[in-house]
Amino acid sequence: MNASTHPVTPTIDPAEAAHFGRMAADWWDPKGSSAMLHRLNPVRLGYIRAAVDTHWHGNPDTFTPLEGRRALDVGCGAGLLAEPLARLGATVTALDAAPENIAVARAHAVGQRLTIDYRAVGVETLADERFDLVTCMEVIEHVSDPAGFVAALARVLAPDGLLILSTPNRTPLSRLGIITVSEGLGRIPKGTHDWDRFIRPEELAVLLTSAGLRVTDTTGLAFSPGRGLVLSENVALNYLVTAVADSGSS
Amino acid sequence: MTVRMENTPDSLHDVVILGGGLVGITLAIALDAHGLTSAVIDPASPATTLAPGFDGRASAVASAAWRMLGAIGVAARLEGQGCPIAAIRVTDGLAPGGLVFDPAPEDGAVGIMFENRRLRRALREAAEAAPNVTLFTPATPAQVTRDADGVRVMLEDGRTVAGALLVAAEGRNSPTRAAAGINVATWQYDHAAIIASVRHEHPHDGIAHEIFYPAGPFAILPLVDDAEGRHRSAIVWTVAGKDAEGMLALGDRGFAAEAEKKMGGLLGAITLASPRTTYPLGFHHAARITGERLALVGDAAHGIHPIAGQGLNLGFRDVAALVEVLVEAKRLGLDPGDAQGLARYERWRALDTFMVAAATDSLNRLFGLRGRTAAAARRFGLGAVQRLSPLKDRFMAEARGETGTLPKLLQGIAV
Ligand SMILES: Cc1cc2nc3c(=O)[nH]c(=O)nc-3n(C[C@H](O)[C@H](O)[C@H](O)COP(=O)(O)OP(=O)(O)OC[C@H]3O[C@@H](n4cnc5c(N)ncnc54)[C@H](O)[C@@H]3O)c2cc1C
Repeated sequence: MNASTHPVTPTIDPAEAAHFGRMAADWWDPKGSSAMLHRLNPVRLGYIRAAVDTHWHGNPDTFTPLEGRRALDVGCGAGLLAEPLARLGATVTALDAAPENIAVARAHAVGQRLTIDYRAVGVETLADERFDLVTCMEVIEHVSDPAGFVAALARVLAPDGLLILSTPNRTPLSRLGIITVSEGLGRIPKGTHDWDRFIRPEELAVLLTSAGLRVTDTTGLAFSPGRGLVLSENVALNYLVTAVADSGSS
Repeated sequence: MTVRMENTPDSLHDVVILGGGLVGITLAIALDAHGLTSAVIDPASPATTLAPGFDGRASAVASAAWRMLGAIGVAARLEGQGCPIAAIRVTDGLAPGGLVFDPAPEDGAVGIMFENRRLRRALREAAEAAPNVTLFTPATPAQVTRDADGVRVMLEDGRTVAGALLVAAEGRNSPTRAAAGINVATWQYDHAAIIASVRHEHPHDGIAHEIFYPAGPFAILPLVDDAEGRHRSAIVWTVAGKDAEGMLALGDRGFAAEAEKKMGGLLGAITLASPRTTYPLGFHHAARITGERLALVGDAAHGIHPIAGQGLNLGFRDVAALVEVLVEAKRLGLDPGDAQGLARYERWRALDTFMVAAATDSLNRLFGLRGRTAAAARRFGLGAVQRLSPLKDRFMAEARGETGTLPKLLQGIAV
């Protein structure tokens, strides 16, 4: 009907684009299968924002604290975190091992008028790119070689960079909360998690230190009956970690 | 199969506000003060809405709402135009006694009375001066769409206005609310309010009166003196619905004489200072105030009996809460239409709105009861409230607009 167009990659077949568009709709549906992630998002973003402001001495009232910075989101799914990072001003690259997630994420970003460099590759494949902010939410518990994975994250971090990870703790509570209850009730798709692979904060700290990083903060993510998911001192269920390049090694 | 291309909108904003009444325009100004962009669309032309005869009402701006108007730069435009309410007297007819809401001196006024036309003018000027506000007034929306990607309003003149969130500030008959399938609880009181301003012999000393008669309350609300130094008040006179026509048909003199009688000579001789208007009184309360990329504010969300002068103030409280939610979301990089933010707005406002509506309604019902026993019950009720100071404090807080977790703007600070 009219000549104005969005940049549509010629390799994407319209039927396929429509298919991923529908999948995006489900991923992004606040009441759909990712409802839990949607509810978690503001909490996580609050943590990231505070870490960013502390690290770069930013003003918490601004809207684009990541202006001029390069951000990498590893394990981006449909882009629930990558899109906010882009809105906060970062030039965002986002990776996911599953090509269908990447297709879904691309479809959604177009609708949001956001430019994000989505790639269906692993972090190990990035050669000389460096990022000021690297985020990796709920991924490390799924990888087969956590030490190698953390080393790869550390390698792509710029010298003054900030790495933020989140992952479930390996405690009886997380087994009950995440696997028995959440997966059991279908709040999280069944089979998403393997409890034995969960990592304790001390173990993650060791991995980060061995990769030449220094942990600057560990904060729990707890469930409060009145307020839902909240940041907390209690790390028993799930936790977030901030790490920076160890200045002693530079 | 072809991929349908979306046309590029003519203008793109964080928020698209349908309705530029007192509440919609205040929202736009408050968003601007925090760096969020908005478009305001209203079919009414400012030439009409700012004309002297358009809105003869006056509104009590509660002190919390006044602090918000200060924080967003509107209060300065209204300096000296409002009359602070020093105390509120509630009486059962002209019987002696009753209840006096008298704020402690350090608390300042309960609220400030403004003529609506002055509020409208100040808000319009503030909106015109706001860099992040785009006014589409007059402009009529022809088609409104909301989906996962955003909201889009096509105007009758063919222009399209897009954004991340749609706010319906369209007043009590909000078509957007209806289109969203949101149910509204409504009832009519079978009463009408007759609104006018009057000039009176004696100064009002900043005192507001709520005089309860069997047909309903008669409110006298203090206004600033006119240019000639004559004392003025706004009156809101509740009459049975069937009597409204007759009251309007009375000559000005006859009406003034009737009003003087109802006021029991409280302020001396009365003359009419404005045309009279009548409003049917009703109550409505939307079952939800949010939907996909949609938030309702002001009368689109709730309308209450004007007895306590809280309708506009509830709308201002919607604005304060919604702005806080949107600003905080934007600081996290979240889309203004994000469902989590809207859920927070819904939770924040639901209780407050309903409490005020229920309290106002029951107060009105208590006073609407007929007969001697009822009068005794009222007097007992008033006396009891007078004696129980926590309860009285609560009434005061209600009148000031200070219940629930207070949004920052209502504390007079930017988010
Ligand atoms: C008799 C009476 C006395 C009152 N006294 C007081 C008082 O003392 N204190 C107090 O706080 N409150 C009082 N109120 C309540 C107060 O007036 C209202 O709560 C307030 O004006 C609501 O403002 P609003 O902006 O939500 O709606 P409105 O003022 O109704 O504005 C709605 C706007 O939306 C526009 N519109 C309509 N349809 C569309 C559409 N489809 N698209 C775009 N725009 C549209 C209209 O043109 C209008 O400009 C009183 C109310 C009454 C009836």
